[in-house]
Amino acid sequence: MSTTTESTESTVYTPTAEALRAVLAPAGRPSPPGPLAASVTYGWRAMLKIKHVPEQLFDVTAFPIIMTVMFTYLFGGALAGTPREYLQFFLPGILVTSVVMITMYTGVGLNTDIEKGVFDRFRTLPVWRPAALVGMIFGDVLRYVIASLVILAVGLTLGFRPAGGVAGVAAGIALLVVFSFAFSWVWTMFGLLLRSEKSVMGVSMLVLMPLTFLSNVYVDPSTMPGWLQAFVDVNPITHLVDAIRGFVGGEVDSAAVMWTLVASAFFVIVFGSLTMRLYNRK
Amino acid sequence: MTRSDTGPAIETAGLVKTFGQTRAVDGVDLVVPAGTVYGVLGPNGAGKTTTVRILATLLRPDGGTARVFGHDVVRDADAVRSKVSLTGQYASVDEDLTGCENLVLLGRLVGHPKRAARARADELLSAFGLTEAADRQVKKYSGGMRRRLDIAASILNTPQLLFLDEPTTGLDPRSRNQVWDIVRAVVAYGTTVLLTTQYLDEADRLAGRIAVIDKGRVIAEGTPGALKSSIGAGTVHVRLRDPLRRAEASEILERTLAGTVLPESDPVALTVRVTGSDQGAAEHASRALAALAAAGVVVDDFALGQPSLDEVFLALTAEAVA
Repeated sequence: MSTTTESTESTVYTPTAEALRAVLAPAGRPSPPGPLAASVTYGWRAMLKIKHVPEQLFDVTAFPIIMTVMFTYLFGGALAGTPREYLQFFLPGILVTSVVMITMYTGVGLNTDIEKGVFDRFRTLPVWRPAALVGMIFGDVLRYVIASLVILAVGLTLGFRPAGGVAGVAAGIALLVVFSFAFSWVWTMFGLLLRSEKSVMGVSMLVLMPLTFLSNVYVDPSTMPGWLQAFVDVNPITHLVDAIRGFVGGEVDSAAVMWTLVASAFFVIVFGSLTMRLYNRK
Repeated sequence: MTRSDTGPAIETAGLVKTFGQTRAVDGVDLVVPAGTVYGVLGPNGAGKTTTVRILATLLRPDGGTARVFGHDVVRDADAVRSKVSLTGQYASVDEDLTGCENLVLLGRLVGHPKRAARARADELLSAFGLTEAADRQVKKYSGGMRRRLDIAASILNTPQLLFLDEPTTGLDPRSRNQVWDIVRAVVAYGTTVLLTTQYLDEADRLAGRIAVIDKGRVIAEGTPGALKSSIGAGTVHVRLRDPLRRAEASEILERTLAGTVLPESDPVALTVRVTGSDQGAAEHASRALAALAAAGVVVDDFALGQPSLDEVFLALTAEAVA
């Protein structure tokens, strides 16, 4: 895998008519896979890409660790007396921030991937068209889970103690993954709409910075001016953080969970269909 | 045998595709008979790739209609997709994956269960001489190997119509010959092949019929032989011993052959395009040779041939410009 030399054939290949005729003879045409099976197969492609280019997991390991450690010690003493105290409030928030930030790589990845000829082949296959993109996001879901577990491990090491136990934490991460899957469709749309991966990155940061900072992730919004509180209240990130704080704290906040699921459905329906419109025209 | 097997493989009428101000495809009419290699010949930017992408359901035309085995490429795209395969101009395989993984992935996407997809992949890798490279990432393949994998991927589910968009551009002569052999085997099996190329000899060797495209329009169509004779009965190539006698020889040839002498940079070479019927060409040629001998002009080489497709193409595009 690490060899850089261009390999050449050791023996000269000569196509033989018999061998080619044998592989051309149809051994029965299978019927095309259904939408789910096709999506899972494209998900397998994403796994293979991670296997061959493991460096791409850097952003779901190093980046979340730095975010968690940095903000815990930066704000902890000032906001909650000690970093350990702050972490009990902050960990669900930084979990959401890091994973939602990582969703932008879905758009960046699609933008570079779509330019390659292999998508021409995918789009001429008689399978459910969105499957290629759904499968791609399935692969990204694995990355979201890895990032969540990394942050959780860092949090537990630094002294985070979730009252909701294993079940609460698992429910929190599951909700985060559902939301991130839905939110990824925003980036697939930009990935198809914008010309270069740099512009996808630029737009992503423009959206993600206010969305994650103007929320209840870092501080209690009650000290913010009214107009800002109004934004924080409608920000889906706020509801997601509330819902996860509820799960890991052992007190389920069903209103926040419901709003998060409504927001997720909205992202899939609106940005999913916009993405498919662009994908079909590409 | 379904009814669609008897009609043409492709039929387009007035196909138009514009990108902003550019009319990439500007009223293309094509009829591609089933079971043949059909060559679409043209320079870069002539609209070949755009036409192929419309026919392969990747682009929607802005005007006109296109049918593949009787199915409309817009309204009945799924039916078209189940019958065609595309090997694009740029590798239509995933460079990060190995050759084997690429074929297994596509095998599963066309509906083979895991084990059958693997078996099919092994079979194809072996027939295309890629068994040894099966577990290497495609980005480490040579150009010829990549192209073979690409074609192997296209015949995974043996298509009724195979699009090959400039399949030999950038390949070395050996790899190009391999691709030609593969194309011949594919068409011998019964698959219709639509091949785009910038190389006239490629179209000449492989295609039963050729459409010459320039600036989004078909400027000529027919068998390679018919296209060649459409611009004249043939061409006489003469090489003289003495460059000083070129003017004299040129005058003799023009008179005896009743043709036009084409400009040549080589001081001892003369090329004359013979107009008139096929049968007359050989007779004219022997008379010209006798006249040169009578005048004492020493000829080192004298050849009568059909015009090359290069000459056809240049003649046709020159007409279009004028």
